[in-house]
Amino acid sequence: MPDLSINFAGIKSPNPFWLASAPPTNSGYQVMKAFDAGWGGAVWKTLGVPVVNVSSRYGGVNYRDKRLVGFNNIELISDRPLADNLREIEEVKKRFPNHAVIASLMVQSRQEWHDIVRQSQDAGADGFELNFGCPHGMCERGMGSAVGQEPKILQMIVEWVMEVAQKPVIVKLTPNISDITEPAMAARRGGADAISLINTIQSIVGVDIDQFAPYPIVDGKGTNGGYCGPAVKPIALNMVKNCAQHPDVRLPISGIGGIENWRDAVEHILLGASSVQVCTAAMHFGFGIIREMTSGLEQYMVDKGFNTIYDFVGKALPNVLPWEQLNMKYKVTANIHEEKCIGCQLCYTACEDGAHQAIRLNAGTRVPEIIEENCVGCNLCSLVCPVEDCITMDRTDDGTQHLTWRERTEAGDVPVEFNDEKAGGRHHWVPEPTAALGKERHKTLPGKARVLNGETEVPAGV
Amino acid sequence: MAEFSTPTSEQEFQLNFAQLKPHMNRTEALYESSRCLFCFDAPCIKACPSGIDIPQFIRQINSGNETGAARTIYEANYFGNACGKVCPTEVLCEGACVYNLQDVKPIEIGRLQSYATTKVIESGKKLFGPRADNGKSVAVIGAGPAGISAACELRALGYAVDVFEAKSQPSGLTVYGVAPYKITNEEALAEMAYLQAQFGYNTHFNSPINSRGKLAELENKYDAIFLGIGLGRTNELGLPGEDKINCTGAVEFIAELRQHHHEVAVGRKVIVLGGGNTAMDAASESARLGAEQVVLAYRRGKDEMGAYEFEYDLAKGVGVKGLFNVAPVEIVGNGYVAGVRFVRTETTDGKVQEIAGSEFVEPCDMVIKATGQAKQTEFLSLISGLKLDGKGRIVADAHTGQTSNPKYFASGDAWNGGAEVVNAAAEAKLTARGIHAYLSK
Repeated sequence: MPDLSINFAGIKSPNPFWLASAPPTNSGYQVMKAFDAGWGGAVWKTLGVPVVNVSSRYGGVNYRDKRLVGFNNIELISDRPLADNLREIEEVKKRFPNHAVIASLMVQSRQEWHDIVRQSQDAGADGFELNFGCPHGMCERGMGSAVGQEPKILQMIVEWVMEVAQKPVIVKLTPNISDITEPAMAARRGGADAISLINTIQSIVGVDIDQFAPYPIVDGKGTNGGYCGPAVKPIALNMVKNCAQHPDVRLPISGIGGIENWRDAVEHILLGASSVQVCTAAMHFGFGIIREMTSGLEQYMVDKGFNTIYDFVGKALPNVLPWEQLNMKYKVTANIHEEKCIGCQLCYTACEDGAHQAIRLNAGTRVPEIIEENCVGCNLCSLVCPVEDCITMDRTDDGTQHLTWRERTEAGDVPVEFNDEKAGGRHHWVPEPTAALGKERHKTLPGKARVLNGETEVPAGV
Repeated sequence: MAEFSTPTSEQEFQLNFAQLKPHMNRTEALYESSRCLFCFDAPCIKACPSGIDIPQFIRQINSGNETGAARTIYEANYFGNACGKVCPTEVLCEGACVYNLQDVKPIEIGRLQSYATTKVIESGKKLFGPRADNGKSVAVIGAGPAGISAACELRALGYAVDVFEAKSQPSGLTVYGVAPYKITNEEALAEMAYLQAQFGYNTHFNSPINSRGKLAELENKYDAIFLGIGLGRTNELGLPGEDKINCTGAVEFIAELRQHHHEVAVGRKVIVLGGGNTAMDAASESARLGAEQVVLAYRRGKDEMGAYEFEYDLAKGVGVKGLFNVAPVEIVGNGYVAGVRFVRTETTDGKVQEIAGSEFVEPCDMVIKATGQAKQTEFLSLISGLKLDGKGRIVADAHTGQTSNPKYFASGDAWNGGAEVVNAAAEAKLTARGIHAYLSK
């Protein structure tokens, strides 16, 4: 059996799945329940000077019938007295000595940082996570993302913490910044042991179109919140990759953002995370999701022959390159497997209107046809196709040639003028603009005007 | 057998005749509309005789715009709610859904359609209205799907419209001929009331137009006359004993059933003669009324039945037994039906031939003849210059519905020989425009 345990910057955990600092880690009751269910660690709901919260705190983004593909909150850090939290941390650690309990912290002055680090340490916390990420409410008070956006201040606070910390220190980064590696490097300069990312993204998840107010609505008003859930995974993955690849960061990364199942976790790990944190999925489905996550991860590791998590941490990183280093001689072409096609023609309309007019319809069949010479290999048709493996993108170059933009630039073989002959679209066929007019009008008229007994006329004014 | 016990109250009747396509709630409509792929040039639209833009209304339901969805539906078909419930969607829109090719359950288009239309009917939201009076008037004979659809479209074009109906309620077979588990009287009539409230055509019930004199009156008073008269009574078979008590026509039996529900009595053993969709309905209905045995007798083989497969499945599902390759020779009994004398048949080169000496009597205490409806040729002969084809159907222009008597226009069963509600609704819309073109000359 593969070994799922990790040693994350000195914090040991039976598996890489931690609950992120958030409502699910608000109390000892919840954390014990989570450990009981199989979670490896928990980052406690951020400790500090307790806050007062508003009622109506969360907002959701639904996609068609799928609830909470995105989620946001305007809740602040823990509203419970520090003493209660610390007592419960101690209780949890006594009951679960081998699980990871990390104290998330957010205070202001150097003295406060020293005090809270010492007290958390005394309570038995295995490590600290400095919350420099929260993008709502707390940042208005000069904390959270307000710190994460100022590398110098971030570094200074990390230095304060390191003055007293005897346990590993993780710095939690905000994605509300143009270059995530800058605060990451500041964390390293300050002496932090690890980073975690991403915190939530500043957001408005929706607007009530009857009340004219953003969600979540508090007495007819709203404010920006912090966005998370499955929708943010792509942003998180990119930022994890950026930190993992940067030569001056070189810190263990706890990956956060859109992790709901083992696959999401594996993707974070392949891009450099060596622990992962989960919040929204636990808030949506409860702690029980951990069983699918650990079993899926285990099966993946068995299938791939990985013995430990470290066998594949960052394994995809060598394959993530700057665009200019991609092989421009590589060519794929769409291939519709006729026997699988159900004739929805989504590929046709997508390519026709949204891409390169490389699919045609033929009379007598609903199966579209690829116009190979027009196909640029963009993948769009295969992405919209609802049938698995019906449209495949097949390699059509012979695989012997390799040429990158960088190499072309170095060889002086790139377009530099507005009408440069060397540009890609220069010799690519496009239809005459006016050929578009009226092409599909008969298919978009209201029902009564459709071809019935040969008539297409729309009665005027009806 | 007897899957169903005889209903003795309205509640029991409703249980036995539970709706095949019950209403969706918002959640189910959201889930179902979310499954739609929104095909390009969608096959479901092409399969709909009224050409409803189905992906459009499904997308509108999905985005919470039920009113817009209903508008999309009604723009194409004034019997939007009825069609959602009574259309043979399995062979039309849902049968064309591309999911069928993926062995995935097709989108429940009919139920989504009724979901949207029911919402606006319940809300009473006005989607359409008559255009300003153009000073001309049209008489519509028959308040069925053809007549009412024509009335709506003509009002939208500015005509004054009077609808004359022999029966006491509108919507024709929707309320008098469709199986009760497909649509309830209440919802059929609610849609009629909704349409009339918006378009404001006049209706005259219990007002049969059945004489030359009445036709002459209409001809004098109106600029055009629309014939939406449908079909007539069940064809006589010309068999000895056809007049025995408890030998009835399917159309008449179903009309009774729709109006009187559990008060309609059915035999203990019923033989239904015929292999079409009406035969399947009559057989299913007999079983649901508590008949212990229902036999469906058809003179050809099972595969040659005209009924849709799903309709036969529905009948089989309630315990109806098929008796194939038999032709009725006589209804036997002393005053009351006691059985049907059949002769066995075989089909050679497409021709049914009786097998000599193979006669037998299948006992029963009720016979329902579902052997087609007669054309109303006698009435139609009162209209001067009106041509009928060899099958008694009105001959009319395919684009305009204009008959050989230029003042008369036709749609629906009387023209097409007998089809679905959706066909009548679609044809009548076109014919109304044909009338408009004719009167605008």
